[in-house]
Formats: sequence, C-alpha cells, structure tokens
Amino acid sequence: MSDVSIQRPPHVIRRWLASHIAATIALLVLTFLVVLAVAAPVIAPYAPTAQDANNMLSPPTNLHWLGTDDLGRDILSRLIYGAPTTVYACLLAVGVALLIGLPVGLIAGFFGGKVDAVISRVIDTFLAFPAIVLAIAVTSALGIGLTNSMISVGIVFFPQLARLVRARTLIVRQDLYVEAARCFGASSLHILWRHVLPNTIQPVIVQVTLLLGTALLAEASLSFLGLGIQPPNPSWGAMLARAYQYMEIAPEQMYSPGLAILITALAFNTLGESLRVSLDPTSRGR
Amino acid sequence: MDAMTAPAPSDTPLLSIRGLGIRFRTAQGDWQATRDVSFDIARGERLGIVGESGCGKTITGLSMLRLLPPRVATVEGTIGFEGKNLVDCAARDMRRVRGRRIGMIFQEPMSALDPVFTVGDQIAESLRVHQTISKADARARAIEMLKRVGIASPERRVDDFPHQLSGGMRQRVMIAAALICQPQLLIADEPTTALDVTVQAQILDLLRELSASSDTALMLITHDIGVVAESCTRMLTMYAGEVIEDAPVDDALRRPLHPYTSGLLRSLPHLSERRSKLPSIPGRVPTLNMPTGCRFQPRCSHATQGCERPQALLDAGDRPGSGRRVRCWRFRDIDLPGVVH
Repeated sequence: MSDVSIQRPPHVIRRWLASHIAATIALLVLTFLVVLAVAAPVIAPYAPTAQDANNMLSPPTNLHWLGTDDLGRDILSRLIYGAPTTVYACLLAVGVALLIGLPVGLIAGFFGGKVDAVISRVIDTFLAFPAIVLAIAVTSALGIGLTNSMISVGIVFFPQLARLVRARTLIVRQDLYVEAARCFGASSLHILWRHVLPNTIQPVIVQVTLLLGTALLAEASLSFLGLGIQPPNPSWGAMLARAYQYMEIAPEQMYSPGLAILITALAFNTLGESLRVSLDPTSRGR
Repeated sequence: MDAMTAPAPSDTPLLSIRGLGIRFRTAQGDWQATRDVSFDIARGERLGIVGESGCGKTITGLSMLRLLPPRVATVEGTIGFEGKNLVDCAARDMRRVRGRRIGMIFQEPMSALDPVFTVGDQIAESLRVHQTISKADARARAIEMLKRVGIASPERRVDDFPHQLSGGMRQRVMIAAALICQPQLLIADEPTTALDVTVQAQILDLLRELSASSDTALMLITHDIGVVAESCTRMLTMYAGEVIEDAPVDDALRRPLHPYTSGLLRSLPHLSERRSKLPSIPGRVPTLNMPTGCRFQPRCSHATQGCERPQALLDAGDRPGSGRRVRCWRFRDIDLPGVVH
C-alpha cells in the first residue's frame, strides 16, 4: 500500500512495532540471522570445515560451546555459517512458488472457463504426486545442488498457493467493486492488479509464512538425501540430517540445528500473522 | 417538482437507443430480457426508468456500458452515443467511454467500494485510469470532489477506508468517483434503495443538483415512482422487457396513458388520504411465457378484444413534438387516473 505510506511519516513503523510485540521479537530474530549471515567470518569461533580431531562428537564444552559433530567440526561455527544458506534456501523456494503460483491462480480464478479448466487440471496433476518424489524428480532433471533443489521445492509448493489464490479470486471477482472498477473504464489487467490482487493477498501471506517453515524442513530432507547442499558446506538441514545418524551416541548434536530451525520458522509465522492482521484495513485500529 | 419542457426533437440527443433487444442463454433455452427498447436522452436531461423487478431496467443500464456477461448475453439494436454505437464498438473505445463519458453508480454502496483502498484512491481511480496525473494532483481532485458531494472535512475523509463511513457517505463517495471525470451521462441504478429515507432524500437532492450544475444527463433506474417524481424530468415505464410509456414526469403523473403506469401510480401509499385498502395490480410480471400481443393484457382491467394483437409504441403527444409515447392502442378511449391533479 504505497499510496498510504506517502501520506504517513515513517514513525508509523515504530508505532506499529510497539503495538505488535510478537512481530517485533520475530523481526529481531530475523535481523539477528541476517547479521549472523553477513558477519559469519568475524563472529564464528572456528572455520566451518576446521576439524578438531581430539574432540569428535563432543558435548558442549568451553572449547566448543555447542559441541562438535562426527568429524570434530564446531557446531556453533557451522550453525553461523549455515544461516545464510538456510535463509537463502527458504526464500528461494517460496519465491519460486509465489512467482508461479500467484499469477497462475489469479489468471485461473479471474478468467475462468477453459483457461481455468486447463490450469486446474495441471494443478491437480502436481498435487497428485507425493511431494518428495516430485522434488527428487525435478531436482534430478535440473541438476543436484542447493539452488536447483530449492527451485524444485518451489515447484512442488506452487500448486498449493495457486489453489488458494484461485479460490480467493473466484470470490473477489464477484464483488461489486470489481464491476464498479470496470465501470470506471479499468482494463482487466488493471482490475487484476489493483483490486483482485490486494484482496486475495491476505491468506497468501499466511500460507507463505507457513511455507517458509516447510521449506526449511524440505531443504533438510533434500540435503539428507544428498540432493541439496553438498558437503562440506554447512546448512541447518544438512547438519540435522547428519546429527540424526549419531542420535544414539550424541543426541545433543541435534538440539542446536533443530532449535535454530524451529525458532526461525516460528519467527516467519509470527511476522506473517501480524502482517496479515495489519494489512486488513477493517481490523486496523483495534 | 420543477416544470420542464420536453427536449425539441431536432436536437441531436446525447444518447439514442434503438431497437435494443437483450437475450440470455439459459439452461431452459433463450430468454428475451428486453425487446425493442428505444429511447433518447438529451444533454442534461434527467430520465427516470421505472418498472417492477425483472422488467429489464437494470439490464438496459448495464448493456449501455457493455457490462453484461458476454458468454450468455446477446445484444441487438443500437446504442448511439457521441457518434459511436456502444453495442459493437471496439473494446478499447468502450473502456474510454466507461467512467470518462458515462459514469455509473450502484444500489449497494456497502460493497461497491474496495475495502483495501482509501476513499481518495477510489475516487481518483477513474481519473488515473483515463489520464496520467500525479498522485498529489489526483488527491487534490479527490478532495475537491468530496467537497462537491457534501462530505464534511474532506481533507480528513480522503484517507478513510470504506468501512469507516456510513451508507449515505459511501454512496456520496461513489457519486464522487463516478463524476470526477465529468461524464456526460450518469447511470444510477437504484442509488437510494439501500439507504435510510432521510439519507435517500439527501442523495436525490445531490444527484439533481450535480446534474443541473454540471449539465450531466442522469438516467435513474428505480422501482420507486416517488424518486422519479422528485428528481427527474422524464419518466420511462418498462414492463416485461418493453418500454410501455414515455412521458414528461408531470404529464405522466397527472394523466398516465397506459393502464400499467396508472396502476403503479395508484399503488403508491398516500399519507393524506384515508383509504381502506391500497390498490394493487393483480398478477405478476410474466417472465418466460410472454402473452402474445399486449404483454400487460392478462393483468389489465381495460383489456378487450384487439389487445391480443402486437402493440407498437405509439406517438401520443397532445401537441406534436411533446415526446409522449405509449404502447397501448386504446390510450385515446380510456381515461386513467393519475396522482397529481
């Protein structure tokens, strides 16, 4: 809503944050992640691939605050170095899903008829595949690697978003203000962009924040299967997958990447929910 | 009610509809919604279209902006407007007419405004659709329009969202949005039906005043004859998809020529008269199985032999050029009561 921001000074952001404690915390967590990602070489006590042969699978100690993995690599350092990869992976997957799902859903819902029938059948076909099988198939077609595997996760995710957007568009396009806009001489494109999109975006925001969390886990699964990030580069999902193999000997290894994933996913969800509430003009000023 | 004179027929009318027939494809076969609708609207004229639900008045209004769903509706005849035929002109030309030359407002001001945009954004929308204009200018014009439609402290209201306004204010906002490009014709489809009686009168006053001050023609679609009597100069009565009477408002109220118009007038409740029972027209509007000949004949108390013949819209002027027309072949024989004496 750029129109609004022009007329309102930037201190509304501060006021908004003050009244949304949960969103503020979520934003702090995400900012912290970004700082970590940028300043990793300065902050991290060790290099992510440096091995300490004397302390393999060590529990947390003074030397290694979060312990070491099966190759003696410092888990804290790997967590810090893994942050940018992880955030990049999530954003890429969800970005791809949005980029495909949003326009596809809008077009299917708005134009209806044969266009809708064709698009809906394609979406059904995608949804009929087990997600992980589809992701593996797409990744092997695109080539192994973090970027390719996350693009394939995005492709797996897009039907969910497209469905949601289509369903919402079907409702919105019946609304009188859409007809009123047509009366004002607006083109279909203008109506889609200015009226249908803003009115469909709310549930999409919630779904996106949920997908960000799911994408984290998908990255972990694909890395676990060896399709995502390639060793020795760290990512939280890959760390979790590796720790899983030593669960019985060193269970504490799983805690830190697991918690990191949990907190990040939670932060995304919280921020998304607050955004949704604030973007709905009728719930403003409560 | 202000006295008026019918527009001289030599004037080129602003809008000229000829033989407008609208057909809908339905599961039960084709349904002829309107048939042979012909009328003119002169510049600055205020025309009221009245009739019961389902008589085709709203559909006629929508067809003028070509807003009927193209998959199911077919339109024949011509809608002449500023040298173009709106029935078959290019989609681009049509978009240039909508909002800029012909504005439209709806019955439901509650849902005609987009909930996620401010009032100012929506008023300026048609301006920004039709011309390049800076945000600041658009905002200034929106404030000016809000002032013209009588909204207090427009500088503050311009940033409000629709849910913060009352029904009457929303309808004022809709009127502002429809008029900001200074269209030649404003189509108002039941603009006051969803509003309180006191607000209704204010909105009607506003429409009449704006129409007069900017020389914008008004086409008011309503089922309420009181609304027409208050704000229009000419009244067009429709029945079962046909125009059955076209007359200056004063004449139509004083001496209606069609039994249906007379019936409508007499079924208005009067506060001053103590009548035991409000007269009503028996039966209902035929929809699918149209009677042959006069469509009102099954409900008409004046029907005789000859009414089963097809009826043409006859020129019924007392003086030539008065623009009175009626679709009843017996209009000279029957004397019908009106409401104003």
